Amino acid sequence: MKFTLSWLKEHLETTATVDQVVTAMTMAGLEVEHVEDPGAKLAAFSVARIVEAVQHPNADKLRVCQVDTKDGRLEIVCGAPNARAGLTTIYAPIGAYVPGSGVTLEARPVRGVVSNGMLCSAKELEVAEESDGIMELSGDLAVGALAADVLGLEAVIDFEVTPNRPDWLGVRGIARDLAAAGLGTLKPDVTAAVAGAFPCPIEIAVDGDACPVFAGRLIKGVKNGPSPAWLQQRLISVGLRPINALVDVTNLISIDRARPLHVYDAAKLEGAIIEARLGRDGEQVAALDGKTYVTTPEICVIADGSGAIGIGGVMGGESTGCSEATTDVFVESAWFDPIRTAQTGRTTGINSDAQYRFARTVDPASVTPGLELATSIILELCGGVASDVLIAGHAPAPPKAIAFDRAFVKKLSGLDVGAVRIDDILTRLGFEVDGHNVTPPSWRRDVEGRADLVEEIARIEGFDALPSTPLPPIDRPPGGALTVRQVRMRNARRALAARGYAETVSWSFMRREWAELFGGGAAKLVLSNPIASDLDTMRPSTLGNLIDAAARNARKGFADAALFEVGPNFRGDEPGDQWTAVTGLIAPHAPKHWTKASGDPLFALKADLLALLDELGAPGLQVVQGQNASWWHPGRSARLQLGPKVVIAEFGELHPRVLKALDADGPMLAFEINLDAIPEPKRRGVKTKAALDLSTLMPLRRDFAFLVGAETPAGDLIRPIMGADKALIAAARVFDVYQGQGVPEGMKSVAVEVVVQPREKTLTDPEIEGLSARIVAAADKAVGAKLRG
Amino acid sequence: MTDLTTLQADLTARIAGSADLAALEAIRVEALGKTGSVSELLKTLGRLTPDERRVEGPKINGLRDAVAAAIADRKAALETAELDARLAKETVDLSLPPPPERRGRVHPTMQVMDEMIAVFAEMGFALAEGPDIEDDFHNFTALNFPPKHPAREMHDTFWLPEDETGQRKLLRTHTSPVQIRAMQQGQNHKLPGWIASSQTPPIRIIVPGRTYRSDSDATHTPMFHQIEGLVIDRDIHMGHLKWTLDTFISRFFETPVVETRFRPHHFPFTEPSAEMDVKCDRSGGDVKIGQGSDWMEIVGCGMVHPNVLTNCGLDPDEWQGFAFGFGVDRLGMLKYGMPDLRDMFAGDVRWLDHFGFSAFQAPNPATGLS
Repeated sequence: MKFTLSWLKEHLETTATVDQVVTAMTMAGLEVEHVEDPGAKLAAFSVARIVEAVQHPNADKLRVCQVDTKDGRLEIVCGAPNARAGLTTIYAPIGAYVPGSGVTLEARPVRGVVSNGMLCSAKELEVAEESDGIMELSGDLAVGALAADVLGLEAVIDFEVTPNRPDWLGVRGIARDLAAAGLGTLKPDVTAAVAGAFPCPIEIAVDGDACPVFAGRLIKGVKNGPSPAWLQQRLISVGLRPINALVDVTNLISIDRARPLHVYDAAKLEGAIIEARLGRDGEQVAALDGKTYVTTPEICVIADGSGAIGIGGVMGGESTGCSEATTDVFVESAWFDPIRTAQTGRTTGINSDAQYRFARTVDPASVTPGLELATSIILELCGGVASDVLIAGHAPAPPKAIAFDRAFVKKLSGLDVGAVRIDDILTRLGFEVDGHNVTPPSWRRDVEGRADLVEEIARIEGFDALPSTPLPPIDRPPGGALTVRQVRMRNARRALAARGYAETVSWSFMRREWAELFGGGAAKLVLSNPIASDLDTMRPSTLGNLIDAAARNARKGFADAALFEVGPNFRGDEPGDQWTAVTGLIAPHAPKHWTKASGDPLFALKADLLALLDELGAPGLQVVQGQNASWWHPGRSARLQLGPKVVIAEFGELHPRVLKALDADGPMLAFEINLDAIPEPKRRGVKTKAALDLSTLMPLRRDFAFLVGAETPAGDLIRPIMGADKALIAAARVFDVYQGQGVPEGMKSVAVEVVVQPREKTLTDPEIEGLSARIVAAADKAVGAKLRG
Repeated sequence: MTDLTTLQADLTARIAGSADLAALEAIRVEALGKTGSVSELLKTLGRLTPDERRVEGPKINGLRDAVAAAIADRKAALETAELDARLAKETVDLSLPPPPERRGRVHPTMQVMDEMIAVFAEMGFALAEGPDIEDDFHNFTALNFPPKHPAREMHDTFWLPEDETGQRKLLRTHTSPVQIRAMQQGQNHKLPGWIASSQTPPIRIIVPGRTYRSDSDATHTPMFHQIEGLVIDRDIHMGHLKWTLDTFISRFFETPVVETRFRPHHFPFTEPSAEMDVKCDRSGGDVKIGQGSDWMEIVGCGMVHPNVLTNCGLDPDEWQGFAFGFGVDRLGMLKYGMPDLRDMFAGDVRWLDHFGFSAFQAPNPATGLS
């Protein structure tokens, strides 16, 4: 919403400056977006008069003018065809920056004649988009007068109207709030009813569903034409294009009173009835914007004997528009339903000033006053004779009274405001105060209860006056502010960052084809209105985004990456389908190094994963190979499971087919943990840890070399060995795997170091041999392992 | 006599001249071994008379002690030399780089989340969470957005397709639906444990999470982060809201006083509604909080609308309170100087390294927030 100070002063008696108005607006809830002062850039420009204009000696299209300016009589070269003696126009001195052409003037010869300044067109001054020749101003203007004053340029205040305050879409509504805030006095509304001179010959009919109330009257014998300068200037100042007096009056009242109107050329109406009804399928309206719209039964149309001639509250039709030839005008002042108008705006894509206002609720009580105001201005500007006013339908009921205990102001806001002051504020804003009851004005349909009234008091009293009151003490959750899961997310981040991974935050959505590669892409998880086609599907896994991030970094020359993310993945659209993933990825391209140390980086990733799971408090997990999802390398990936069903994590190398589809160079190694699947520890009241049993006896280390089938996972030996004597065996660890000479075909040798921790007494040789035998037997039973000879 | 002196001189010279431990050992065996020259002399003492022994004994024992001491000294010297030589050979070039290691980082948005949580936890707020895919009821209707109201349009909502019943799920446009989940009395949903469920007032929660709006430029991304706050009790008023936000801003920006101002605004789910601005200086290109004379909007807030309380089964005549919503990414940009919101989500390793945080910079009352 845009307006100027002079327009505001039509309604507000005030001496406030633009800055004061802006501050008062902001503090009353009218958030000013910016103030544009078109006069500021024309400070150097002033009125001048051409005394003599002669043909340039060296150029057909140029004239050499003698011009009276604030700097005295100057010789100025001008290319405009209308440069002539006696013309009053605008002069720019040497050194001035001409906004419309982006040039700073220099005194230099033009085809041999020095021009000591410039005579300007409206376009060069940026007061019009197009212009022919230099400005032609009234001859009675004084030479040297400032261009900004002469052209009526003044600061334009542009502010955001919140959807609850459609009354701020009219300058009078702004003035009312500013008056209440103490910035001045609201001038009385002097609109008087114009008595009808004859019965309106055009009948009005409404379908209440389409249009609750519709008022109109005919004005005969008008003389339409360009609006007077004051009206044109007022419209131009807020960015509207003057059209003709009749149309300009409706636009004026739309901005001035937030009351859209429409004018019809009565001669072009067919039949004697104008009707507001719902559209009929297939019906078309050729609108004033030159486009044709197909109506539906959800749209309100205005129709005459020929059919639909306008879209109610949105845009009038071309066939009945007013032109300079119009002599009889039918003026419409109706109230269109906000929801229907908003929907029509969306369906048709029309966002007119009228549509914007009706969609946000126009004051239903303004139907008749708006029509009377329009009538009086039209009669004043265009003459003519007005008929009686016809009204069809019923305006919606006015707002209901609210029972208002004034003490609630302090209870809800903390502000101490006396009852007298409370009532004064409400009255200034147009509320009716009657003892306990407060009735909002017809234009304040947002006010429904006592909290709304408190807001009115508080914002006019000023939020600056709010006290600062510490929160009362509250019982704190004994375990801290975070749940176990939230603590784990936080620990996962810091643990991975400590191990060299950089945290990313990537979109929760991804390209559908990519989602499909990771088991997702179901239709119900595809956005209907994605911001871009490659961000249309809720991600089933974070891996795709990390692969993409690593690939994008590689394309910029940074191929070595270790990334992670902690965030949501989506199996479906129900709350329970969202799960928390901790996803890590390594693109192993470590820089060359003089130690030439090497090793399979997959095991470095596995170390990170196990350390992380340990940090998260996960119990011991089984490694299950050969069952991973399709996006993993079949031979270089595995799952970590809790029991036979619960998969806690998958890890390994990513499948080259997937990397290729994502345009990423491999290899890439990754893991994805389902954080929500890790069981939460039992809650214990006491924090003491279990007693520690430290043996004083030295542990023994014994190495075993087993022959097992080449396909047997070496790790499968550990559990049976550990189980051979749970009391004595403290640890077992594979330290070598060998295939080749000395090992039969199809077999491999697995060397395991077993740590034996004697508990009460040193073990005797027979005891150690007995234990060894049990270990060998357990390994044989579990995986058919034989001790290597 | 002369023999002993000569022998001692001879042995001492040979000991001093021994080149290595093996040569020294050979000399030791030759002199002090079972049949060594000094040992042989010691054996002669037994054959002497007591008087002779009284004279010869100290001489021969003295010889033995002197030789043994010379050998021990020489041995220590040779050992030292040998160790020095070995260590000299072990010299490495320590200007060489260690094996490469990647430097891990915590994302600045997550760091800022942790900082904000630390401040609010100190004020007695607990954390609540809700799903990213929401329904119309929790995201709009229960929050007093009337159906088809223009305020809904302003949210640039991402929609999922209609289901069989014509309902459309959506991506939450704010974290406010979690308010509803936390306040809604008597709900009987079977939901995962991490999703906030009905609490009885007094309620004091913050809600961090991802939020989504269909918007993209330097200050808007289709996904961003919010932290919502909700306080419900019998006598909570706007003064408490003001204190809470003022206190938070000062602690978060780690400056004793940040000038703030409250302005009236409009949100469907609060009444009265406000926005809070902080004083800042934009003159130098960067935004400096707490300086200058410009204002910057930093949080939307207000008193929970009575309709929202009613929609959750709370009696607005009994309960009242406030809610607020911070843009986390934006606060991070202000505090740490990231110029473009879109970079937050781009995963550029150089950006993450530069703007990210060490694993050990966890906000903590003892070490400060950052």
